[in-house]
Amino acid sequence: MAMVGDAISHAVLPGIVIAFLLTGSRDSVPMLIGAGLLGVLTTFLIEFFHRYARVQADASIGVTFTWLFAIGIILISVFAGQVDLDQDCVLYGEIAYVPLDLWITEGGLSLGPGTVWTLAFVTILILLFITFGYKELFLTAFDPGFAAAIGISTTAWYYSLMTAVSLTTVASFESVGAILVVALLVAPPATAYLLTDKFKNMLLLSVLAGIIASVAGYYLAVWIDGSIAGAIATVTGIEFTLAFLFSPSRGILLKRKQLQPVQH
Amino acid sequence: MNDFVEFFSFSDTNIRYVTLGSVLLASSSAVVGCFTLLRKRALVGDAVAHAVLPGVCLAFILSGTKNPFILLLGAFVTGWLSLVAIDFITARSRIKEDTAIGLVLSVFFGVGILLLTAIQHSGNAAQSGLDKFLFGKAASLVGEDLIAFAIVAVLLLVTTIIFYKELTLLCFDQAYAKTIGFPVRLLELLLTTLTVFAVVVGIQAVGVVLMAAMLITPAAAARFWTDKLSLMLVLAALIGAFSGVAGAFVSYTAPAMPTGPWIVLIVSMIAILSFAFAPKKGWVSRLLRQRRNKTQILEENLLKLMYQLGEQKPNYDAPRQLHELLERRAIPQKEAKAGLKRLQNQGYVEKLPSGWKLSSQGQRRGERVVRLHRLWELYLTQYLHLASDHVHEDAETIEHIITPELEQKLIEELDFPVMDPHSARIP
Amino acid sequence: MILQVDNPVVEVHDLTVSYDRKPVLWGIDLTLPAGALVGVIGPNGAGKSTMIKAMMDLLPVGSGYVRIFDKPIDEVRNRISYVPQRESVDWDFPASVFDVVLMGSYGKLGLFKRPRKADKDAAMEALNKVGMQAFADRQISQLSGGQQQRVFLARALAQDADIYFMDEPFAGVDIATETAIIELLRTMREQGKTVIVVHHDLQSANEYFDWVVLLNMRLVASGPTEHILTQELLEQTYGGKLTVLTKVGELLRKQEFPSREAK
Ligand SMILES: Nc1ncnc2c1ncn2[C@@H]1O[C@H](COP(=O)(O)OP(=O)(O)O)[C@@H](O)[C@H]1O
Ligand SMILES: [Mg+2]
Repeated sequence: MAMVGDAISHAVLPGIVIAFLLTGSRDSVPMLIGAGLLGVLTTFLIEFFHRYARVQADASIGVTFTWLFAIGIILISVFAGQVDLDQDCVLYGEIAYVPLDLWITEGGLSLGPGTVWTLAFVTILILLFITFGYKELFLTAFDPGFAAAIGISTTAWYYSLMTAVSLTTVASFESVGAILVVALLVAPPATAYLLTDKFKNMLLLSVLAGIIASVAGYYLAVWIDGSIAGAIATVTGIEFTLAFLFSPSRGILLKRKQLQPVQH
Repeated sequence: MNDFVEFFSFSDTNIRYVTLGSVLLASSSAVVGCFTLLRKRALVGDAVAHAVLPGVCLAFILSGTKNPFILLLGAFVTGWLSLVAIDFITARSRIKEDTAIGLVLSVFFGVGILLLTAIQHSGNAAQSGLDKFLFGKAASLVGEDLIAFAIVAVLLLVTTIIFYKELTLLCFDQAYAKTIGFPVRLLELLLTTLTVFAVVVGIQAVGVVLMAAMLITPAAAARFWTDKLSLMLVLAALIGAFSGVAGAFVSYTAPAMPTGPWIVLIVSMIAILSFAFAPKKGWVSRLLRQRRNKTQILEENLLKLMYQLGEQKPNYDAPRQLHELLERRAIPQKEAKAGLKRLQNQGYVEKLPSGWKLSSQGQRRGERVVRLHRLWELYLTQYLHLASDHVHEDAETIEHIITPELEQKLIEELDFPVMDPHSARIP
Repeated sequence: MILQVDNPVVEVHDLTVSYDRKPVLWGIDLTLPAGALVGVIGPNGAGKSTMIKAMMDLLPVGSGYVRIFDKPIDEVRNRISYVPQRESVDWDFPASVFDVVLMGSYGKLGLFKRPRKADKDAAMEALNKVGMQAFADRQISQLSGGQQQRVFLARALAQDADIYFMDEPFAGVDIATETAIIELLRTMREQGKTVIVVHHDLQSANEYFDWVVLLNMRLVASGPTEHILTQELLEQTYGGKLTVLTKVGELLRKQEFPSREAK
């Protein structure tokens, strides 16, 4: 499902642009809604092309997201004068500008960077989603057949998860851009997956890997004077490589003798 | 209209470059894309597209020039490395392929962005224009680019033609290819290399993100029009070329419009229309076929009813009223009437003042449906041990689909039966 | 020979199941008695898994219906348990043995509720029953095939259902596990539960099951073991290709025919 996440992160672009055009502002709520809708639409289109038109699964993903992304870019060009989004920002964001984009209330009170508020809000939403849906997410990921047999709707949970992915994407959009969202969506969990066999530990470790990457990425970017988002992605890649090579249980260099399954 | 004429006269060198460049890129990547699509590895193209960025930047940092050949070389190295990384991660850890693709894609791209921004901030004046690898700048292709493109495009096409047979077998049945002694690893390497080439070149026209579309979309569209690989390759190339020209045209008439996204938009529309409307495989044609089946079922049911009424007397020539038919079977009156009309036009029934009558042709067809129905019922009870009260429903469908050869076989397997399970005579 | 029973726990009526319009099971009429250990037997690709899944409404069915305890399946979901084929899940998934067994309680818990102490105790006890209590914290990626199967069985036990559907629980397990499992199934039968097991070893079938269902695209036979495992019926199940049936199935798919005429 990693590539569906990738597809969504690109395909939400037209949703953001349209939300922007309709409301005329970079207000977060409409953008979140626009992106959320587009995310679900993407998931649906991929399914639709695959199931009803019988397009091969991977091709269906590829066709859908490039199409929607192209529409997004074209919309940006058409409304270039009115849309305060540019292509670079879409691709790699600029987290360094976040502190400049202050959220000023009508009373003139500054509440700090707006993006940070949006991110905090989405983070809480996602945490709630995972806390309450933990059991179902776990089960539908591991054994969909059994889940369906005991009456849990795999489709509904799939779409919820993809909505969560779209929300995360759009919330991170301004700061890290579409593609680097994917780095953060995929690399820390993959790293954690190589380090532990426990689902809960995997969740915690991937959060940790994400945090380390962000902090280290920031300093790396300052050091070589480059994009912070790019640096964060680079660090996630380094983390993965380290885990891939040196993980105590699964690293290809340090792999100890595999625990032999105990026979009765 | 003026624009149109002016554009297609190609008198402007810039137009010529842009159009020719777009066509070369679009069609050569479409051809390579067909093979990756058929190998079910469509998305690796996406990964390569993202992974060339660090290569371009590194090549620039190391060489200090923007010579397209050197940059392409850098792009080639990292693009190729990314594919190796994906295969290596998939083979040597429990990470699944799609995760590996997502991972490699975003990390390589992240490194690329980091390097690119570092170069930009370094104040090196020579760097401007490197970011055309990000979004593509088809509209500003120059002669030098074009030569590079042309060489690569020709190379791709020629290699594909030379290794057509080998590549086909590789995509279709890798294990078999191995058993008959094909150098499968080398062929894979070849296909990988072709993919990287296509991406490295195409990316300058449409950019990183949309490059995947140039590989996947024309191939996916072409797949819907044919089952022959050779034809599919040609179609994909044509679809790619058409989109290239159309995209160049759009951005010519509206200079603010980016060429790359328009190429992708157009090729996507072609693909989606193909998914919907392609004959045979398209969604609509499948719906139509289902409708045709419905009509056929309705018509044959009417003939069957008339035949069954005739069986009672037996008198197959007596005219029947519509309500007599509808009494035996609930068919909406309007549909039944329309069906009879069609049958009349086809010469299966005749309309007399006193009702509808089977023509001799109609009688034969009605008889056949009844025969198939009863044969199938018999088959189900004899071979499938179904209870005789359950076989009717199933036979209602199957009676419309059995071909004459199957009918013959059925009769033989049932040993030339005379009676069905309900003791009705099999005509 | 197809024997139908009175007051069946499972009633399958005229069931046709298709993948992509091509029927793989034709017109199954089947009733199963309560409290029996039932073996579903047939060659590879006969549609055994398909029938089990269709019984639990995991696949869209072309025609017919299934009733369990004389009720539609959705009303009795928490009284049934399903043990999928072992290969159907990814055993590299980051989960412990205990996590998997605890899933058995998820159906009863319903949405958003977390497992409580009682559920955890039940899970532990289920592990006990399959002799895997020592492995509770072991990661599932480190289990042998037999152990994986025991974990699946423990999950089913933790569900405390009244009817169990098991898809090839004996495939690729060691002898010790096979004996342990069959003992357990027998105990469950003594407690009045119904257990339906897909199986493909004819030799042991005779000894394991009270009731046998022979299947190959259609129902060949269903009844008490001693009446069913006969030379003649087995030949019907394993021998003789139904070419006409297969061809008609292909035609239905190619022509996109409705598998049942819309009424
Ligand atoms: N998801 C599917 N799509 C299409 N065909 C399938 C699918 N699953 C099974 N089949 C086909 O249905 C038939 C019965 O399969 P299955 O029920 O798995 O058999 P068994 O469990 O008896 O070995 C086989 O011919 C198989 O190829
Ligand atoms: Mg099976």
